[in-house]
Amino acid sequence: MAPPTAQRTGSNKRAQLGRFAGFAFATLGALLGALLLVISLWRPETFNGLRSMATDAASPVGQAGATGRTGSRSFFEAIAGYYDAGSRNAELERELEIARVQASEMAALEQENARLRAVLGLVESEGESRPVATGRLIGSSSTSTRRFGYLSAGTRDGVRVGMPVTSPMGLVGRVLEVGRSTSRVLLLTDSESIVPVRRATDDVVAFAEGRADGSLRIRLINLGINPLEEGDIFVTSGAGGLYRPGVAVAMVTQITDDGAIGQLLSNPAATDFVVVEPIFEQDLLEMARTPTLAEQRAEDEE
Amino acid sequence: MERLNASARRDQFGSKLNRDHSPVLAFGIPWLTIILASMVPLLPVIAPAPILPPLGYIALLAWRMARPGLLPLWAGVPLGLVDDLYSGQPFGCAIFLFSATMIAIELIEMRFPWRGFWQDWAVASAFIVAYIGLTALFSGAPLSANQLPLLLPQLGLSILLFPMIARLVTALDNLRLKRVRRFG
Repeated sequence: MAPPTAQRTGSNKRAQLGRFAGFAFATLGALLGALLLVISLWRPETFNGLRSMATDAASPVGQAGATGRTGSRSFFEAIAGYYDAGSRNAELERELEIARVQASEMAALEQENARLRAVLGLVESEGESRPVATGRLIGSSSTSTRRFGYLSAGTRDGVRVGMPVTSPMGLVGRVLEVGRSTSRVLLLTDSESIVPVRRATDDVVAFAEGRADGSLRIRLINLGINPLEEGDIFVTSGAGGLYRPGVAVAMVTQITDDGAIGQLLSNPAATDFVVVEPIFEQDLLEMARTPTLAEQRAEDEE
Repeated sequence: MERLNASARRDQFGSKLNRDHSPVLAFGIPWLTIILASMVPLLPVIAPAPILPPLGYIALLAWRMARPGLLPLWAGVPLGLVDDLYSGQPFGCAIFLFSATMIAIELIEMRFPWRGFWQDWAVASAFIVAYIGLTALFSGAPLSANQLPLLLPQLGLSILLFPMIARLVTALDNLRLKRVRRFG
């Protein structure tokens, strides 16, 4: 049953018609694709349902793969661990000593923080940073110039659009669309992702934009003398109400004219489990979306 | 008694006695492999930059070049749809580019009907370069100058990978034509 090799149709009317129909269908298909492309560039959320359904259907494969990835990594790490066990042990003990001291300092700071909050009358709202769900990153758009990740948690686990995704090492991204058991995450390095950040040590505020190559561009809001130095850590500032403040984002590796290039702290490839957190200030976001009174009036008049 | 010639009973696709090709295998394998190649983003590779080649598209090119006429001209629509579902590109991007590719290869083959390793590779490379460039253009994110060097590793990898995938496709083509169906 070898397929026809000759592409010529000769004087066979039926073959000629078939060939013409093939071209016609293919052209129609290309036009349909172009139309869909224009629609989805114009309104990117149009086909989200279709896509999340497809990812839901194929997620068991991704799940198994993600388990395999962490499994194989820990296997190789276990082997590598035998080589420098002695010197590592001594080093770790020394680090532990320092960490113990720092932990007690942290406890003191936390206590002081709570006291100051009490003085100001700020109440920590219940369940503010309680995670909504945990899951694995089961894949990413590794062939596209966009940077999306696929997460193994969906509406069934309480995940909603817009929720931040973090790992123990820091911020990973935010949920862009949710299916029943999977969701699509806009990773921080995507060129459409912008996160309001501040320097961990003081209040130098900036925006961290993705550069699609694994690094972030940190743009200072107040231009002037660039105060940044290599090794500075940036954390989320909480502005905008989407991300809770104080989550680690990036470390400065290179200084530029209007800010710096930062390396992502929580590399999504190295994370095992990620945590979906609730939106920090839901009310604030809704307020920003509702039109002001003046805008409302202008709309009514139309 | 006269012995039959060995090739009268067997060939590279298996026994010829009461066996025939299976239509499911013969027509299903190209579609299945292209769809599986399109689902590569679900592999547990969390890439910090676009590094994996667009395997679905390369598989389509390889099948189209190895077996002209096996995939119908309109095959770009369903295959592109599957690719769009998993690639992370805006929906419709692969439907458009896959269909346009099928038409373009058809027209090129009418003009240059002869074949050869270097010519096939050159044509495929031109298509891959165009595809990666256009997907970056249609990605929905503003294209800036610092993104162009980002595409180069992916481009190089894809072009170098094409002959290997073409080889794989010929191996699958042999599997496709195995005589597995019994009759009589």
